[in-house]
Amino acid sequence: MYAPVYLHIPDGFLTIFVSLIFWAITIIMVGLAVSKTNRTLGERQIPLMGVMAAFIFAAQMLNFPIAGGTSGHFLGGALAAIVLGPWAGILVMTSVVGVQALLFQDGGLLVMGANIFNMGILTAVIGFGFYRLVVGRKRILRLTVAGIGAWIATMAAALVTSLQLWLSGTTRLEIVLPAMLGVHALIGIGEALITVAALVYIEQTRPDLINPERTIEEGGKGWVVGGVLLALAAVLISPLASSNPDGLERVAENLGFLSSGVGPNYRFLPDYTIPFLGDTPLSTILAGIVGVLVVLVVIILVGRRLSKTEKV
Amino acid sequence: MHVDLTDQYHHLDSRIHELDPRVKVLVAVAFILSNALLPDGSWIAFALSWLILLAANELSDLGLGFTLKRSLIALPFALVAVSAIFSPIGEPLTVWDLGFVKLIPTDAGLIRFLSIMLRSWLSVQMAILLVATTQFPDLIHALEHLHLPRTLTTIIAFLFRYLFVLSNEVFRVLRAREARSAGLPGVKSGGNLSWRIKTTGSMAGQLFTRSYERSDRIYQAMVSRGYTGHIRTLNPHKMVREDWLVLSAAAVIIVLIQLVGWIR
Repeated sequence: MYAPVYLHIPDGFLTIFVSLIFWAITIIMVGLAVSKTNRTLGERQIPLMGVMAAFIFAAQMLNFPIAGGTSGHFLGGALAAIVLGPWAGILVMTSVVGVQALLFQDGGLLVMGANIFNMGILTAVIGFGFYRLVVGRKRILRLTVAGIGAWIATMAAALVTSLQLWLSGTTRLEIVLPAMLGVHALIGIGEALITVAALVYIEQTRPDLINPERTIEEGGKGWVVGGVLLALAAVLISPLASSNPDGLERVAENLGFLSSGVGPNYRFLPDYTIPFLGDTPLSTILAGIVGVLVVLVVIILVGRRLSKTEKV
Repeated sequence: MHVDLTDQYHHLDSRIHELDPRVKVLVAVAFILSNALLPDGSWIAFALSWLILLAANELSDLGLGFTLKRSLIALPFALVAVSAIFSPIGEPLTVWDLGFVKLIPTDAGLIRFLSIMLRSWLSVQMAILLVATTQFPDLIHALEHLHLPRTLTTIIAFLFRYLFVLSNEVFRVLRAREARSAGLPGVKSGGNLSWRIKTTGSMAGQLFTRSYERSDRIYQAMVSRGYTGHIRTLNPHKMVREDWLVLSAAAVIIVLIQLVGWIR
């Protein structure tokens, strides 16, 4: 049953700043997803999403031997988003990643925001974006693009995971990036093929579940832009970074993002300190508190929005 | 997928088990946050955190080494952090010439690697203790008290409820595939790669439709029993004096650990 999955980052591997930034992004996206699904779906959809989340969780246990002891397996973000719609897909994947971390320590708690972003949000947005592009077209075109989308989604998740680890000073980019992308290029093929095969099966047995009107209703053209842009960013960054990590490092340095490879690589608060307090422990702790406060404000703002929509 | 599919909760009547789940969630998250905040190489503070962990293990009646047993789950990820040893900052310790590449471990790099591994090891143990002493429905209820959106907590509750049911279904399907692919010893069994992929895809698709239809039946059954959109609980979860005591004691201890870590 055991297969190393290098996408579930454990606690301790990301610095607090990288963790908090991705928590902030994740909270905004999940908050949006909650309010959208509350508005468009009835209470009927909640058991559906819950059982679908359990389905994704269980389906991740499906594997098929490829060669040499490696086996392909399944993340499911693209499939969930294509069949259930992007917002519901994000919620389903969020619950899956959350329960894996909470119940089975498969991924950490403080870094859960980053894990949800990589495996839930990225895969759902890219997977759905690509499928939305060809919805209603010929079957063969649809399935091909769905497969490509699933592959790119897996690669993007691997890429962003590597970048997060690198920004945290946990790893050297020139080592982790080719390794991660190499492994996930294979895993992604498995993901793509299973996604396509599952879509074929569902179209044959329950065509009512993925007809074009339904897909269009679940997400507008904007998803195409979002998904393709994210994929494009990944495609542009990965060869640049893997062939020339120094180049990426230089860009990051020029942007003031990275202090020439020293320790934890962040410059959101210069050198992790409050400037006028100088380089003292107090200043570092205060910088940490500022980061926590920023995330708290995000939570409160999103929460307000949610409580408004939930009461309606 | 590395999951041993059993409920991680161990039922006992210890003081930790009886704490309000909110307190346990907050203390566990604060402990993990504290590990992340400690600077590299603050060995004394890491040791103190470990002692706290041992004490919590002991108080939970699960035994001193309980969390140790499962704590190696994050170990494969160490491979990712190994490259930190060869960080360009710090003094070179030695040179390993592998022929095609020269590896130079540095002291700063080694300290960083060890600190990352310690943080991860301590944090994962606290998470293990949290789910070993708290029933999952209580945990979800605590998250609801901590203002996680209802939609999300309800989805998670359903996920937990049907996780084991659907996993059993997966095992059945996998067993069926194995039975159909039986072969003679020494003879390759099953079809070629494209056959395998098609079979796996059909399995995923079939599981999907089965789950979908099951969720429909579940919904009908729940509506007929008065379901209105969220799950109720008979356990009100009230914070008592002991809960507040533990919460404030944990806060004080974590601040102390941070002080030990940062002042040297």
